[in-house]
Amino acid sequence: MNEIETTSNEPYGSAEGKDLVSGRPVFPLKHHEPRRADIDPKAAKRAERQVSAMFAASSALLMAFVVAYVKVPSDSLVQIPGLGTVGTSQVLLGLCFGLGILLIGLGAIHWAKKLMTDVEVTQERHALTSTQEERDEVAAIVKRGAAESGFGQHKLIRRTLLGALALFPVPLVVLLRDLGPMPGTRLRSTIWTKNIHIVTDATYQKIKASDIPVGGLVNAVPANLLEIEEADGNINARGKASIILVRMDPSEIVSQQGDGWDYQGIVAYSKICTHVGCPISLYQQRTHHLLCPCHQSTFDLADSGNVVFGPAARRMPQLAITVDSEGFLVAQGDFEEPVGPSFWERG
Amino acid sequence: MAISRRHPAALLAVLIAALGTTGVAYATVASSSIPKAVAPSQTQISQGNDLFKEGCASCHGLAAQGSSDGPAIIGVGAAAVDFQVGTGRMPMAAPAIQAPSKKVSYSVDEIAALAAYVASLGAGPAIPTQEQVSSSGADLALGGELFRTNCAQCHSVSGRGGALSWGAYAPSMLKSSPKHIYEAMLTGPQSMPVFGDKTMTPSNKRDIIRYIEELQKRENPGGADLGRLGPVTEGVFLFIAGLGALIAISVWIGARAR
Repeated sequence: MNEIETTSNEPYGSAEGKDLVSGRPVFPLKHHEPRRADIDPKAAKRAERQVSAMFAASSALLMAFVVAYVKVPSDSLVQIPGLGTVGTSQVLLGLCFGLGILLIGLGAIHWAKKLMTDVEVTQERHALTSTQEERDEVAAIVKRGAAESGFGQHKLIRRTLLGALALFPVPLVVLLRDLGPMPGTRLRSTIWTKNIHIVTDATYQKIKASDIPVGGLVNAVPANLLEIEEADGNINARGKASIILVRMDPSEIVSQQGDGWDYQGIVAYSKICTHVGCPISLYQQRTHHLLCPCHQSTFDLADSGNVVFGPAARRMPQLAITVDSEGFLVAQGDFEEPVGPSFWERG
Repeated sequence: MAISRRHPAALLAVLIAALGTTGVAYATVASSSIPKAVAPSQTQISQGNDLFKEGCASCHGLAAQGSSDGPAIIGVGAAAVDFQVGTGRMPMAAPAIQAPSKKVSYSVDEIAALAAYVASLGAGPAIPTQEQVSSSGADLALGGELFRTNCAQCHSVSGRGGALSWGAYAPSMLKSSPKHIYEAMLTGPQSMPVFGDKTMTPSNKRDIIRYIEELQKRENPGGADLGRLGPVTEGVFLFIAGLGALIAISVWIGARAR
C-alpha cells in the first residue's frame, strides 16, 4: 500500500478510506463473499477445465489458420446463409485468427476471475497538488531567474528580442506561396467557344437537335476536348467543360439566363455543381430538377437553373447553344460566368 | 338497404360463362401469340382497349388523354406499356410520387394486348425483340464507360439505385431484365430522362446491358456486402456490433465473479 501524504488540505485526495474534505468514506468495503471456486474444489476443477479448454481451442484454431492458408485456394467461393457468396479462404482465415486470439484473451480473463487470488484491496490516493514548500521553491527559482537575466534592466535587448520573435513567422508565410501557382484566370473560362460542336460524352458523336426527344438527357462535352492531350490538362478541361443537354417542351421553360439560349426547348447547363464541384446529371424529367448527390443541392433547369434546395449559393451556369448549317448542335460561345464552386478571387 | 334479390344460381351461371369465355379467348390468343413480333391483330387491340378501360382509364382517361390523376399516354409507345405494366409499376396501388415495382398484375398476353392498344393510339417506340436487347458480343468496357457517364449518378456505380429529390428515387437494376433496361432507356419512365436511339445508339444500349449483367453477377468474395452502400452501413455495423461487443466484454470483465 502506498505511503499517504496528507500535508496539504487540498480537496483532491483521500486518506484512511475517507474523503479529505467531507470525511465521508470513499470506498465503503462490503462484506467479502468467497467465490464458488474458493470453497468448492469441484467448481475450481471445472473452472480450470474451462480455462484450459479455451486455450486448447485457441491453439487448434491457430493451427487451422495455417492449414487453411496453405490448403484453401484463394479464389474458391462458398455460399453462407445471411452472408451470400463469399471467399472461402477469407472467411476461414478471419474466423480462425480472430477467434484464436479472442479465446486467449477470454481464457486469461476467465482464469483471473475464477481462480486467481481474490483479495479486495483499497489503494489510497494522495492529494494531487504539490506541497506548499515545493510550490514556494519553484516561485523563488522563477523570480531569481528573472532577476539574474536582467530582462527588466536592458531595454534595448528586450525590444530587439521582441522584434525578432515577431518577425519569425514571416518566412513561413512567404513559403505558403510555394503551395502552387495561383489559378489566375483559368477558373474563369472553359474550352467552349463559338461554333464548337457539342458531342456525346464517351462516344463523341455530334448531336442533331432532332436526336434528342422531349424528356431526353445527353451527357455531353465540347468536340475540341479530344484535341487536348492528357499532358496538357485534358482532365481539367473536361472537369470544367462537361455539360448536360436536356429537352423539354418550349412552353415549359419558365426562364433562361439569356434570350434564345435554348434551341427548340433543348437547354445546356454545366454539369459541375456550384456548391463544391461534384459532377451532376441526376435529372428528373418530370420536375426538370437537377439534383446533386453530394449535398442534395437541387437546381430547376426549367427556370434558369436556379437553386430550389440545398447548400449551393449560385445557379447552374447555362451554355447558350444553337445549330450549325447542317443542323448539329453547337455552342454560341463560352459560359458567361465561371462554372463550378466559388473561389477566393471570384468574390 | 340494398339486399341482393338475385337467385344464388345466377352467380354460378355468370361464373361458368366467364370461365368458358376466358378459356376460349385464351385458346385463341395462346395459339396466335407464339410469333410475338407480328403486327398486333384487331382482336388484340380491342382486348387491350377493354383491359385499358377496366384498369387504366380511371387515371389516364377513357381515351388515354390523361386526367388530373395521371398523364396522357397517347404516343408513349408499346415499349413504355411493356415496361410499366411488365414490371408491376402500373397499375399503381395508390397515388404517389413514384410507382414502385411490384407483383405484375397482368398476364403476358394481357400486357401485349394493352401495349398493342396504346401503340394503336399514336406512334411510339415498339417493344424491342430478344435480338435487340441481347448483350452477346457487346462491348463490356464501353458499356462500363457509358454506364458511369449516363447511369451511375442516379442508379449508383453498383446499380443499386439511390435517392432523388422530393421522395423520388432511382430503383435498383440488379433484378431488371435486359428487355426492361432497354425499354427504360428508350422511353424514360417516370423521373428518368429518355436516352434516345440517336445519342445512345441501340449498340450502346446493348453495351450498357452487358455491363449491368456483369453487375448483377457480381459476388462478394470479401464477405457480406451490407447493401454495397459503402462507409455508411459499414460504419453503422461496426459502431453497433463492434462497439456493442466491446461493451459486453467490458461488462463481463468488470462483473463480480461468483
